[in-house]
Amino acid sequence: MKKIFVVPLAASLVLTAIAGTAIGDGHADKALQAAIAARQAQMKLVSFNTAILGDMAKGVTPYDSATASAAAANLEAVAKLDRSILWLEGSVQGTVDGTRAKAEIWSDAAGFDKAATALETAAAAMAQAAGTDQAALQAAMGDLGGTCSTCHKAYRGPKN
Amino acid sequence: MMRWFLLLGVIGAALATSAGLIVTRPDRSDVDFTGTSEADPAAGALVFAAAGCASCHAAPNAEGDARLILSGGRAFASDFGTFFAPNISPDPTAGIGGWSRQEFTDAVTRGVSPAGQHYYPAFPYTAYAKMTPQDLVDLFSYMQSLPASDVANRPHDVGLPFSIRRGVGVWKALYFDTGYEVTGPLTPAETRGRYLAEGLAHCAECHTPRTALGGLDRSRWLGGAPNPSGKGRIPNITPSALAWSEEDMIAYFTSGLTPDYDSAGGEMVEVIENLAQLPEADRAALASYLKKVAPVP
Repeated sequence: MKKIFVVPLAASLVLTAIAGTAIGDGHADKALQAAIAARQAQMKLVSFNTAILGDMAKGVTPYDSATASAAAANLEAVAKLDRSILWLEGSVQGTVDGTRAKAEIWSDAAGFDKAATALETAAAAMAQAAGTDQAALQAAMGDLGGTCSTCHKAYRGPKN
Repeated sequence: MMRWFLLLGVIGAALATSAGLIVTRPDRSDVDFTGTSEADPAAGALVFAAAGCASCHAAPNAEGDARLILSGGRAFASDFGTFFAPNISPDPTAGIGGWSRQEFTDAVTRGVSPAGQHYYPAFPYTAYAKMTPQDLVDLFSYMQSLPASDVANRPHDVGLPFSIRRGVGVWKALYFDTGYEVTGPLTPAETRGRYLAEGLAHCAECHTPRTALGGLDRSRWLGGAPNPSGKGRIPNITPSALAWSEEDMIAYFTSGLTPDYDSAGGEMVEVIENLAQLPEADRAALASYLKKVAPVP
């Protein structure tokens, strides 16, 4: 008689435990997913504004001082978002789907901070230069593009 | 009667062994240097950039001029173990300063060391085998002009059976194909691009998938591959997946920025640093070649 109760009880305990873990993971996972989505949106804004500037630098679109200044101001603003709540530990490629963030972002935090700060500096320089003329924009563009590659070389993994 | 069988067995085994030894024997290069001009180190610097030598042989994380100190040490994880790039600086003992041009050519185009051992194909000699005699002359003189480093080589971390170097001879017999993959009538630019892509720049080493034994699956040439270091994939760069214009490709090879203003990442950043040193015509040649590659779905 006892056994009949014990088995379902044990089973339900196990199920509760599994469900509890899954829900717990779900919360953590959701926070990581949200941070990943947010920083990918940040990167999207970086590339959107860089595209306006880059196309003008290349002469694909004609140089326009006001548009260049606006794009550069956006870029400067979006480059300096506080990283502490965007780059949550654990939101790493291979652990959470959809991200290419390498473990080195956290294991080499100083290096990552340096690379990200280089973008802030290049974006601020672009904000100073973009409205002047095409030549000034082109000069700033080289430094700006370099900061993308430098950071992606060390801290972004290959496509999933 | 029994004795005859035994004798036949012994002869058969001996034949099989000698055939095996012949197949796996490291063979020297027969590159003919007659007709080459005097070494031009400046031209060699461009061959060096196109071939990406520093990307593997510079010390790990070296930047700027330090990338010209080819002390080695960088690790390459693979399914067969971890390979460590050797010192190829001109140091006479730690590096290759004591090598003759012939020994250099054997290494670069045949994957054979001065002592007559096979190199592992982590060293892309199957691509470098296409290197012209003049490029070899220029590259050798340029590399001998670089700073020496006395850093000792780190042994590869490779387990049995791959630790038996002679086995690389079997691999070479199966996969060492020096023919070009893209054939047919080509413009001079496309021909130059093919030499750069299939030879010096060895694009296929990462962008083409491999068989279980680590040979290139030529039916999926440049069709993308799993990343040997584990996570993610190396992209398909055939026309079915890469719809960029030639201008877009040239811009990418120069700045590392894609048409959408994303940027190159990982190992490709170093490739771009190298390609950016080449004349614009070479980047255009590479772009024209990529348009000629058979689409891989």
